[in-house]
Amino acid sequence: MPDAPGLELIRGEIERDRPGSVLATSFDRDQAALLVDPEQVLAVLGWLRDEPGQGYRFLSSLHVADYLPAEPRFGVHYELLNRDRVERIRVKAMLADPGAEQLPEIDSCVGLFPTADAQEREAFDFFGIVFRGHPNLTRILMPDDYVGWPQRRDFPLGGEPVTFTYNERRYG
Amino acid sequence: MAELTADRTKEVMTVNIGPHHPATHGVLRLIVDLEGETVKEVTPVIGYVHTGIEKSCEDKSYWKVIPFIERMDYVSYFFQMEAYCGAVEKLIGLEIPPRAKYLRTIFLELNRIHSHLVWLGTTALDLGAISMLWYCFRERDRILDLFEMATGQRMHTRYFQVGGVIEDIPLGFEKKLAEFVAEMPVRVGQYEALLDNNEVFLQRTKGVGIVSRERLLELGVTGPLLRAAGEPWDLRKAVDHLVYPEMDFKIPVGTVGDNYDRYRVRVAEMVESTRIVEQALAALPDGPHISEDRKYVLPPRSELSTSMESLIHHFKLVTEGFRVEPGEVYNAIEGPRGELGCYVLADGSSKPARVHFRDPSFINLQAFRDMSVDTYVADMICSLGMLDPILGGVDR
Repeated sequence: MPDAPGLELIRGEIERDRPGSVLATSFDRDQAALLVDPEQVLAVLGWLRDEPGQGYRFLSSLHVADYLPAEPRFGVHYELLNRDRVERIRVKAMLADPGAEQLPEIDSCVGLFPTADAQEREAFDFFGIVFRGHPNLTRILMPDDYVGWPQRRDFPLGGEPVTFTYNERRYG
Repeated sequence: MAELTADRTKEVMTVNIGPHHPATHGVLRLIVDLEGETVKEVTPVIGYVHTGIEKSCEDKSYWKVIPFIERMDYVSYFFQMEAYCGAVEKLIGLEIPPRAKYLRTIFLELNRIHSHLVWLGTTALDLGAISMLWYCFRERDRILDLFEMATGQRMHTRYFQVGGVIEDIPLGFEKKLAEFVAEMPVRVGQYEALLDNNEVFLQRTKGVGIVSRERLLELGVTGPLLRAAGEPWDLRKAVDHLVYPEMDFKIPVGTVGDNYDRYRVRVAEMVESTRIVEQALAALPDGPHISEDRKYVLPPRSELSTSMESLIHHFKLVTEGFRVEPGEVYNAIEGPRGELGCYVLADGSSKPARVHFRDPSFINLQAFRDMSVDTYVADMICSLGMLDPILGGVDR
């Protein structure tokens, strides 16, 4: 992990190259995180990957958390790893819920990190977050014809209809 | 008649393999484009055993999540527990006692041997070496016996708890474990003797399924697959975790990254894990096996009839569970298949607001296309075995 002053240095350097891209930093439980502007997330990820002296070339994990009732509610997390220094940094982009008929959108990072392919599909599948420019953004774990975004916090637990109805038909 | 004489060797046929097929090591479906016997394109279709574990975890108090997450990757349950308990311990800032660290290390490494034994037995079976399955499962059963002796369960043990391990090891366990540790390297030598001189096995694995180290890193592949390509990356060495820094062990790496190297790396890892267990057992310190912070850890049973305060703590922990201050943590450990990461989001209540697992099988499966395109169907089956995906972990 970069320590708290190290994180501020990183923020300062990104701000110099890409003004306005980093909204805030947090250093909590020894974990460093950059809160970035969702429109500039690729610029920040690319900078952390390619800038000499940074070298966060490995995307460990991409996942989404629903912070309901906070607003903006969806947080897309990129857990980056520098394998030479064994340092991790989390890049976090918060997306607002655009309403019932629309889905939140963010740029896909598959071009920068091919490993994100399946993980972005997973995030789309469970949270309905659209990754612009993803080569094949379809459901990955849920059935293709499934309706709804099951990992959202306002999606109820249980109540899933049973798809195998043989016994019901036969025995009532 | 023109149709009969047409050249059909370039015709592409799409074949469906699975989801119920013994060679897919679980419920995995492969859609394969074949030109003759050669794989031109392969698309894995997953999700057949998705059970919504991550969603269900949001409705359970922190300690009740543990039995759930064990059932994701069902051959490396101790690792799921360690990733999750470690994340919660980081969230609440709980230090675990030294004896618990040693016990956890012992069980993690036993689990790694167990996982690799299941892999070796089933993969060798795919290649026609049926006897390997019986030998590997014989040793696997001895490990399960050890698990049963210490935890009461052969699989899904619920042994790791937030703060340590739930019970101390019973009398006689150390002796039984020492016997196993003394015998295991001999057994691994026997497996190698069976496979390393087997011409069929060598021809089926050598030079097959090669993916470059750079490509594997791009795809996020970790664990034995990455190490077989020559990259000595292991979180046990890289991160200060449990008692691994005090252990003397090596990281086996391969050279070309073919299926034979993947086999060699895992077999060598079994021996190294045995060495870790041996050292941890010799250095096992006395002391409590679980933290004594009563806000998070159940009081010992004997105190309940004498101490009112213990009874209150017990009641609170069992009914509501403990609350965790808002925050989020990503905790990554080295599982048998690579980096196993657990992200936990706490919202201040007694239930996690989000539990996400970065399952190594899920990520590693993306390399399957690179491993199999332009090889024969039979080699694709071999590569899938060497990839070692556990579909329970992939689908969660």
